[in-house]
Formats: sequence, C-alpha cells, structure tokens
Amino acid sequence: MRAPNANEILLQVEGVALAFGGVKALRDVSFNVKKGEIRAIIGPNGAGKTSMLNVVNGFYHPNHGAITFKGSTRSKMQPFEAARGGIARTFQNVALFKGMSALDNIMAGRTLKVRRGLLWQLLRYGPALAEEIEHRRKVEEIIDFLEIETIRKVPVGRLPYGLQKRVELGRALAMEPDLLLLDEPMAGMNLEEKEDMSRFIIDVNNHYGTTIALIEHDMAVVMDLSDRVAVLDHGVKIADGTPDEVKRSQAVIDAYLGVAH
Amino acid sequence: MAGDGSYDTFPKLLLRNTAQFGARPAFQHKDLGIWQSWTWAEVAEIIRSYAAGLHRLGLRPGETIAVVGSNRPKLYWTMMAAQTLRAIPVPVYSDAVADELAFVLAHAEATLVAAQDQEQVDKVLSVSDRLPQLNRIIYDEPRGIDGYDHGRLIAIGDIINDGRAALAADPALGERIDESIRAGNGSDIAIILYTSGTTGAPKGVMLSARGCIDAATDTTRFDKLTDKDVVLAYLPLAWAGDHYVSYAQGLVAGFCMACPESSNTIEQDRHEIGPTFYLAPPRGYEAMLTRLMVRMEDAAPIKRRLFSYFLDVARRYGEQVLTGRPVPLSGRLLYALGRWLVYEPLKNVLGLSQVRVAYTGGEAIGPDLFAFYRAIGLNLKQLYGQTEAFLYVTCQPDGEIYPDTVGPPAPNVAIRIAESGEVQFRSPGMFLGYFKDQAKTAEAMTSDGYVRTGDAGFFDEKTGHLKIIDRAKDVGRLADGTMFAPKYLENKLKFYPNIKEAITFGDSREFVCAMLNIDPVAVANWAERNNVAYGSYQELAGHPLVYEMVAKDVAAVNRSLAGETVLAGAQIRRFLILHKELDADDGELTRTQKVRRRFIAERYASLVTALYNGAHDADISTEVTFEDGRKGTIAARVEIRDMQIIGPAESLGRAA
Repeated sequence: MRAPNANEILLQVEGVALAFGGVKALRDVSFNVKKGEIRAIIGPNGAGKTSMLNVVNGFYHPNHGAITFKGSTRSKMQPFEAARGGIARTFQNVALFKGMSALDNIMAGRTLKVRRGLLWQLLRYGPALAEEIEHRRKVEEIIDFLEIETIRKVPVGRLPYGLQKRVELGRALAMEPDLLLLDEPMAGMNLEEKEDMSRFIIDVNNHYGTTIALIEHDMAVVMDLSDRVAVLDHGVKIADGTPDEVKRSQAVIDAYLGVAH
Repeated sequence: MAGDGSYDTFPKLLLRNTAQFGARPAFQHKDLGIWQSWTWAEVAEIIRSYAAGLHRLGLRPGETIAVVGSNRPKLYWTMMAAQTLRAIPVPVYSDAVADELAFVLAHAEATLVAAQDQEQVDKVLSVSDRLPQLNRIIYDEPRGIDGYDHGRLIAIGDIINDGRAALAADPALGERIDESIRAGNGSDIAIILYTSGTTGAPKGVMLSARGCIDAATDTTRFDKLTDKDVVLAYLPLAWAGDHYVSYAQGLVAGFCMACPESSNTIEQDRHEIGPTFYLAPPRGYEAMLTRLMVRMEDAAPIKRRLFSYFLDVARRYGEQVLTGRPVPLSGRLLYALGRWLVYEPLKNVLGLSQVRVAYTGGEAIGPDLFAFYRAIGLNLKQLYGQTEAFLYVTCQPDGEIYPDTVGPPAPNVAIRIAESGEVQFRSPGMFLGYFKDQAKTAEAMTSDGYVRTGDAGFFDEKTGHLKIIDRAKDVGRLADGTMFAPKYLENKLKFYPNIKEAITFGDSREFVCAMLNIDPVAVANWAERNNVAYGSYQELAGHPLVYEMVAKDVAAVNRSLAGETVLAGAQIRRFLILHKELDADDGELTRTQKVRRRFIAERYASLVTALYNGAHDADISTEVTFEDGRKGTIAARVEIRDMQIIGPAESLGRAA
C-alpha cells in the first residue's frame, strides 16, 4: 500500500558537495525523496550516482551540504547509524556472505532488530528462541515474497548472479527499512532478469510501502519504474522531474548522446 | 469394503475419517519454510465452514465449480466443500493457456472458479467476457490481488470465515449442510476431469462418487495402503493420476496428503516428507536418474568406483532380492553391503527411502530405467489406465513384475481384446460418459458396456499379463496378415542408447523395414573411446563400425520379437541409418519431438523404395533448413543392411 500522504518528504539532500582530492564527484547537488515513491537517480558513467548514494548512506561524508532524513538533519553519519535510522541498501557488485546460505544472509539483515544479547542468543533458549522464531518468520515471508524458496539452503556463492541480487534485496528488506537504496539493481542482468527485478521492486513498493531510491543507468527500465527521476552528469544535477519531463530535457539528451564541441 | 457400505461419497468418507482417526494428519503444506499440518478433525471443520460459505455465495447442487492452480490444500478443500454441497468440482490444468481455460470453463458451465493466485485470476479475468455463467472468482493467495475489483473476487480464507460465522449464528444452515451430505449418494457425479485433448477439443470425463470410491478401495487394498501412509501431492490437479492417488485414495485409506511448497521445490519437499506411495510418469523417473548420474560424475573417484561396483551387484541380485527369490549367500551379503553403502543413501537423496509402492504410468518406460530403480530396491511397478477408467485398468502385483508388460487386470476389472486388437475394459471406476457429449460417449463405449481404450494390445502367453503395443489406429497388418505395430517396434529400438529415433515401415508390405537415427551423443562418446575418427554426423552415421554396432541392437530387438507369438512375424528384415538427424525445422518431427511418419515416408520415398527392392545402397538428396532459416541440400549414399530373421525355435524358452 502506498503511503496516503505522498507529499511528505522523507529525505532531503541540500547542496551536497563531495571531492576526492582534486576530483569533484558531486557539486552542490540538492534533491528530495518523498515518502512512498520510487525515486531514481540516473546519469552516464562517472556522473556521481554511487557517490551520492554513499553520502546518503553515511559511507562518505560530504564536504558541504546537509542531509535531512525523517526530519533530523546531519552532515556526518556513520553507515550503522543510517541503518539504525531505517536506511537499507544493496550494492552494485553484490556484497553477500558467499559461504552462507540465502536464508542466513537474509537473517543477517535482521541483526539490528535483535533485542536479546549475545549470551541469550548463544543459549538459544526461552525468550531468545521465541525472538529468533519471530525473526525467522519475517525472513520466510520475504523468501516467499521474492520467490526464492528453492534456494533457501544454498550457499549464495553457488547462485547465479540474478538470484544473488534478489537475495541481497531480501537482506535489505529484512531490515524493514523506511528508505531502501538500490545501487544498480539490474546491472549485468539479461532482459528477463531485469523484468523480474522490476516487478519485485514495484511489488516491494506496493506491498510494504517502502520508499525506494535507486540508481540505474538503463534508461528504459528507470522510466517505466520510477515516479520521479533526477539526472546527474559530472557531479551536477542537470534535470529533475517525472520520467516524461526528464526524457524531453535537452540537457539529458546531450549528456547521454554527447554533443558536438 | 467402504464403497458398497454407507460411505459412497467423499464427504461421507471425510466424516468417517474424522471419527476414526480425527487426530491424525490429513493435509500438510509447506508454508513459510515450515510444514503446516491439519488433522482430519480440523479439515472436517474447515470443509463444513467452507461449504457453508460457498452455499451463501450461491453454489447449488449440480452446479460446477472450476479449480485451477497447483497442489494446495485450499484447492483440494474446494473440491471437498463443493462435493459436500453436491456440486461438481472441475479441476483444470494450471498451465493451460487462457483459450484452453476459457473452453473448459465455458463447456463445464462453471459458476465459480477457484484460482490459486494472481496469475490464474488474471487468466480467468482475461476471458471472462466469454463466460456469461461465471459469477465469482475465488482465490487462495492474495498477493498482487489487492488492487483488483473485489465485487467479483473473494479470498477463500474469507469464505471459510464467513461460513464459520454463519454456522455459529444460524443452526439451520448447519442442518442444511448435514442434510446435503446425507442426501448425497454414490450415483452423484463426484468430479469432471477434462482430458488434455491431444486429439481435438478436451472432453469432460464424468466420474461417479461410487465409481471413484470403489476403484480407490480396490487399489488401496491391492497395495495395502493405510492411514499410516503419506503421499506427496505434486501431480497436476486436473490429471486423473493426482486425483486418484492423492485425493481419492487419501480419503479412502485416510492417509496424509502433503502439498509441496512450490512446483520448484518438489525435490526437497519429497526428501523432507518421505512419501510411502509414489506415482510418476516415466520422464519423472528419468529426470531423477539423469540428475543422479550428473552428480555422480562430479563425485570423488572412490565414490564413483563404489557406485559402479555396487550398481553391478544390484543389477545381478537386486530384482531377486526384491521379489524374495533365492539368491546365493555371497550375493545376499554383497547386496546387503551395497544397500548400506550405496542404495539406501541414493534413495534417501531422491526422497524415496520410505516408498513401499511406486508406480509409473502414462507411457512406456525404458527397461533399463525400470530395472535400475528395482535393482536399488525401489518397489517400482507399472500400471496402465486412462481417465475414463479413473486411472487403473491393469497394475502389476508385487512379485510379478516384467518390464515389458503392464500387469494383469486390476481387481474387479474385466478386460477383453477386440477382434481388431483393441483393448476394451469394464471397471468399477469407469466413467459415466463425457459431459454434454452423447456422440463421443457412444463412440467410446461398446454396446455391451465396455470402454474402448483406443490402444492395441494382447495378453502375454507366459504370464497372462497385458502388453500394450500401440494406438489402435496406428496398428497395421503385413501382407501376410501379421500384426504390425510401428510404435511398439520403434520404442523397442529406441530403448537402445545408440538409437535416437526409429521409423518402421510394414503396413500392407511383405516385411518390416526400419530407418534409424543414431544418437549423436552416445555414438560420439563410443567413437571417442574406440578411436573411431569421423568428420561429421553424416560420416559417423555411415561408418561401417557404427552399422555393425546398430545391427547388434536390431538383432536384439528381433530376438525379443521372436518370443512374442503375435509379433514374431514383424521382425525387422532390413534397416538403414539416415545420414541426417530428423529435425522439427525440416518438418520431420513435431515441435514436441514426435516423428511425423507420413511426411518422412514421402520425403525419403527413394530410400523406402530401396528398402523394399533389395538394393544394398541408395542415393538420397534432401533439402535442409539451417538454424538461421537458410536452405541447403545434403546428398548422400546410404547403405542398407539385411538382418537375419530369428525363428521361434531359436528364441528363449519356447519350443517350435
């Protein structure tokens, strides 16, 4: 179910700049993400998309600018704080525990929700057991949702890429995030896998009401999927709006197709 | 027996089971990674509520309710609840495309459809303008259906809850349900199963409650099934096989039906459940064996050697051990060791450890495949039947297993062979007729009440078991009147790994000839091992050593034919190996890889002529279509081999 109040702003990024030495990855970028929407950030290679995501996620600290998430503003934040605050993410090049099963990987996503201490967990007794059952139930619901029952017990290292991506999405969902960041969820996928993934992203948005911000450079996919699209090029935001508006923007066309100099 | 007593309908059996073993599990379903379980008592309560809910939705006696989806408890319950109201469930293949679905729903005049999930609901909605009599669509899994128009859609769970509340509020409703169960009798139509319709439009096979229950009672006794058994309900709901094995036998014997988590997890689910009774078509067993062999290839050398050694032991002694015939002490010991080291672990991996009785049916099974499972100690048996018989016509009793027969008539089944060679039967479970199709019903029945199977067969003299040879309309006669059953011969040939396809000729001819295709994988493998050099498929196919090898296979087929009085005259006199693989792109095969006999006879007319005019080779030039659609021509000179005919005196076990 989409949130009824679609105009409530969940994330506000204000004048963010990020530089690595002389390389200016982001220059004065501002945008917002509204609650319940699917928001895309697109751009050609090296446009600063992943940097932007890393800033939101607390992985990089911006040189300038501020980030407001759920009403609280900060410029510096650690990734675990972001996670605690309700931001989950997936990675461009799948970051799963290769030797662990799909189930265990997704269970790992519940870490922040575990209330009992380590000792309780080790004893696996009484309330800790009850809690684990509760977590397992949540995880099983996600497994059912993403249709990965067959690979529940398979070490993820043995899975094909498309399925690994799905497990990673599952792990992010296990956090029950307010904001889900997807870094190129369709990278390296064939058409069928892309369609599957698109369907899951829309389903997640519909079913859990999760706000999603995703980075992608496959334009076609993004245009079908998103409510609003921001376009970055060389660290600068060059367009922002609905997919139709963005598609018509001359700056975007130039950035993607190149211009004669 | 249950059938002729007061338990002549499924709802009555449900009540009996509740009284007799109410606390034992009736259904299991893996959901959210856990096997959920329902006892007979719980199921009976659910069915009562569900029936009340369906009654409130307007389902009346004699009306039909379609069920489309995979094996899920709520869909089985839909059938039970419908039968409780004396309505008729009509299961439909879940992979049917929208058009086929529309045909069946319209023909069956279904007023309700129970669909598994969004996919099936969408399919029904897409054709709903063609279904004026359809009132409501009810569904099991709510996912994705949130945004739909709920005027016509209702979740099954909601119907059950509604029924439960109504029953609590209104005792008269409960009384009405009980009355409906009491009023039900054995002559009610319990279910309509639509045949898959490989020939023409699907036909709705009407089965009576008493027929279903009598047939299932006979076979549960035959195989000694009890409430302690478990089956994995994984076959298509609309297939007689699933309805028989899971639903009818389950209710009659009171055993537990376990529904898999999804169609992709059947392997794991079978392993976890450990069914005690198992039915699969031959390709199911074949797929299992292939997966096993592939995994064996990757095993450590010591395991591979153990595997192949003990498989040899199993081939030598397994069948005798299984049927309890005498085996030398050394064999017994070796087999026991093999069981401990190899066979039991193998069966465990396949999820077949607990199986007491396994059946294969639907089509002919390769003797090697059949022998493999029996050798490792799986009590695999063959059955022959069809939807019109509610599955069983014949089945093999324990201890009387022959790979090339389908067994003696099942209990209380009468079989006769018509003049034309067609198998005809009468059985307790036989159908009442095709739904709304008098003409087809009349065609399928003889005047004295036997059902025509459309299959040609005969009783084996030694064993008294039935042998099925071919579809009756394909069976021809040689010039001297000997029966000629092309598919029977072709199957025999194809059971040899070197032979991929075979086409036999003989109808109205002097003798039988065969055109063969070698199996490129098997023969190339053989060539590699024996240092036979070749440059192309064509060269390999024409290689003298390959001819030598294939001739041995053909001779073996002739030897086995010599042992069968009816078909001894139909031995293969001459054969050739085709220079190209038969290909669907060239129209030689159907898209489902079935040989198009008539087309091939025309296309290779010059070869057929040469087969019958005594020549020792023939030239052929054929147009071929490449994968990219371009056309080319292949020309070749094909050698023709003569074969020795084996007289009855030389065959095993029969004096002339």
